Amino acid sequence: MSTLKSFLRHPTGMIGLIVLLAVVLLAVTAPWLFPDDPWDMVGAPFQPPFSEGLWLGSDMLGRDVAAGIAHGARISLIIGVISTLTSLVIGVTIGATAGYFGGKVDEVMMRITELFQTIPGFILAILLVATIGPKISNIIFAIGIVSWPPLARLTRAEFMRLRGREFVQAAVCQGQRPLTVVLRRILPNAISPIIVTGSLAVASAILIESALSFMGLGDPNLMSWGFMIGAARTVIRQAWWMSVFPGLAILLTVLAINLVGEGLNDTLNPRISRKR
Amino acid sequence: MNRREFAKLMGVSAVALSGIPLGITRAAGQTKGGTLNTIIQPEPPILVTALNQQQPTLTLGGKIYESLLRYSPDLKPLPGLAQSWEVSPDGLTYTFKLFPGITFHDGKPLTADDVIFSMTKLLPETHARARGIYSRIEKADAPDPLTVVFKLKSTFAPFLTALDCTTGPIVPKHIYDGTEYRKNPANAQAIGSGPFKLKEWVKGSHVHLVKHEGYYRKDQPYLDEIIYRIIPDSASRAVALEQGKIQLTQWNDIEMFDVARLSKLPNFEMTTKGYEYFAPHQWLELNNRIKPMDDKRFRQAIAYALDLKSMAQRVYFGLPKVATGPVSSATRFYEKDVKRYDYSLDKAKALLDEMGLKPGAGGKRVTIKYLTPPYGEIYQRAAEFIRQSLGRVGIDVQIENTDVGGWAEKFSNWDYEMTGNLVYQFGDPALGVSRTYISSNIKKGILFSNTAGYSNPEVDRLFEEAATSTSEAKRQELYSQVQKILVEDVPVVWMFEQAYPTFIDKRLKNVTTTAIGVHESFSDVSFG
Repeated sequence: MSTLKSFLRHPTGMIGLIVLLAVVLLAVTAPWLFPDDPWDMVGAPFQPPFSEGLWLGSDMLGRDVAAGIAHGARISLIIGVISTLTSLVIGVTIGATAGYFGGKVDEVMMRITELFQTIPGFILAILLVATIGPKISNIIFAIGIVSWPPLARLTRAEFMRLRGREFVQAAVCQGQRPLTVVLRRILPNAISPIIVTGSLAVASAILIESALSFMGLGDPNLMSWGFMIGAARTVIRQAWWMSVFPGLAILLTVLAINLVGEGLNDTLNPRISRKR
Repeated sequence: MNRREFAKLMGVSAVALSGIPLGITRAAGQTKGGTLNTIIQPEPPILVTALNQQQPTLTLGGKIYESLLRYSPDLKPLPGLAQSWEVSPDGLTYTFKLFPGITFHDGKPLTADDVIFSMTKLLPETHARARGIYSRIEKADAPDPLTVVFKLKSTFAPFLTALDCTTGPIVPKHIYDGTEYRKNPANAQAIGSGPFKLKEWVKGSHVHLVKHEGYYRKDQPYLDEIIYRIIPDSASRAVALEQGKIQLTQWNDIEMFDVARLSKLPNFEMTTKGYEYFAPHQWLELNNRIKPMDDKRFRQAIAYALDLKSMAQRVYFGLPKVATGPVSSATRFYEKDVKRYDYSLDKAKALLDEMGLKPGAGGKRVTIKYLTPPYGEIYQRAAEFIRQSLGRVGIDVQIENTDVGGWAEKFSNWDYEMTGNLVYQFGDPALGVSRTYISSNIKKGILFSNTAGYSNPEVDRLFEEAATSTSEAKRQELYSQVQKILVEDVPVVWMFEQAYPTFIDKRLKNVTTTAIGVHESFSDVSFG
């Protein structure tokens, strides 16, 4: 409870949370706000903002930019959250195993992690999506694959720190099985930095998805912000609104998630926080 | 190229730009001299059109290599290397009289022997499209150095439409005979008989052509030089045009979304003429082997469901013309009196209902995959337009993206459901149209064959008869008949007669006067 209270008193964290909740609300209510398919050509093409019922104008085919942003919010958030969960599962499993057992296991796990860390993440994501095909499930998989190494290293460090503490030693001496020790004793004490890093990973996942869609490697059947900017890039000299609004949407969402992440960091890790 | 040469090059172009080209004199009503700066994109691998027929090679090589004939925009033959020609009454013997005094860039004369060597020996080996046509020559004779007589194995009316410089470029026999054509060291020098010869090719920068002094046409060429600049980035090409650094663009040099904006430039004229010989025809390819696309009612429903006028505006910025059938209106033997598929969702739904394809959950009747041709933004937008249009009648289209190799591989091996296709017509239905519909051309693994798998014995017979008939009236009748059958059957859904914007500096004369436009020799192009 005190954590929640302290987060509520965190000014930038709260601003981030409010913006993020607004984006979530937009994503949830998109089917009611814009009941038509966002791909539908509802008006004349190249309409500037505030013309004939199109608040944010229309794109080159006459699609409603506002509808695209609302429906795109769903895709961005879904991809951000699910791919982060994927990378959490991979990263925490590997990090926890390496940190708990140490020795040879640690060696092997960390060499694998380093292998992934040396390959530039975004390039690997492009390669994966281009190879296995641009489908939403593949995109989530690709983002998950490229973003787990930092989580694995963090988890490993936490586990190594906690491994020698008395309460863990006590649990081991009592004969508790390794899985129980890891899940019931160590993980709950290591969770706060993982949550913070995970929340920041959501933002970077959204960015990677946008960049992939911008390059034409998004799921061609789903409306996303990156796709909107990528498609509008060619006509930016005639129609700024087609790329500026989805760009703002990405900016605000990613900024909000980062602010929330920082707020969480300050409240969950009071000892290492910058303020106290 | 060293710095001094580069400075000279820039100097020449700068003077040309300022409107008072260096050394321009007036002769016979046309100005002599001047440098034409234009674009070649992408950079061609070689300039010998007889050995490579990619579009940039043909554009540039058209200035270097000439052929027997040229064609007016309505595809009537005009003198090329041949000043006159005759067809025997049985339609089997073609006699061409060459202009006197034609020389190659190396100074040697061009004679009937070079023509016969090129058309019966070299081209059938190196040029797939030429092979299909010139392999019909049974015997070639040169009664004198300026006369060529071809005798065909059987009548083939389009022969006289297949002698342009993209199909039948004449190369020097004394350089190529008895050598391995593709490895001949002279390929780098590209020796032809055209009005311009290669001076310098700086890879990645530009190709510099200069006037062939020994050109056989009086006073021609008017221009002193043509510089083809290699500018890979489309935004840079638009800027070069806006700044007047170039005086001519062709094909896809200027992207469609820039056309409206750049058409307002005061010093340039925009035209879509000069592509009549190629007449690129665009359609929605449907794999006729797959249900429900094997049913003509389903294909007709798709034709009704697409609002092509709106698509031309929204996707192609109003440039192309809506196609009415398999033959482009720019091509000979076009028939306009065919069944029309004006946009009507009701008619489309009625046809689908009649087939028993009832709407299921969410109004979906059937799901079909659309393999987007990987040639850029515009194709992507077109795919999205098609998906939305067909979605309105309950045909759920799932877009699949792939790369160039993957597309060609899947499409040519019939591993697709729906895709887009763009095919050239080459002036005569026997050359560019029949290949898409005749059952003998259902060839797995070959692009631009009858990939849809449409087969109709009546259509096969009509195309065959029309290709071999020698009477124009009879051919028209047969082609009209076959067009009516095809439009009723809709093996593919014809969409557009694709148009390409050619931006021409207003001072330039005679750029797009023939059916091959920017591929022409430019011997009569001049500044003013």
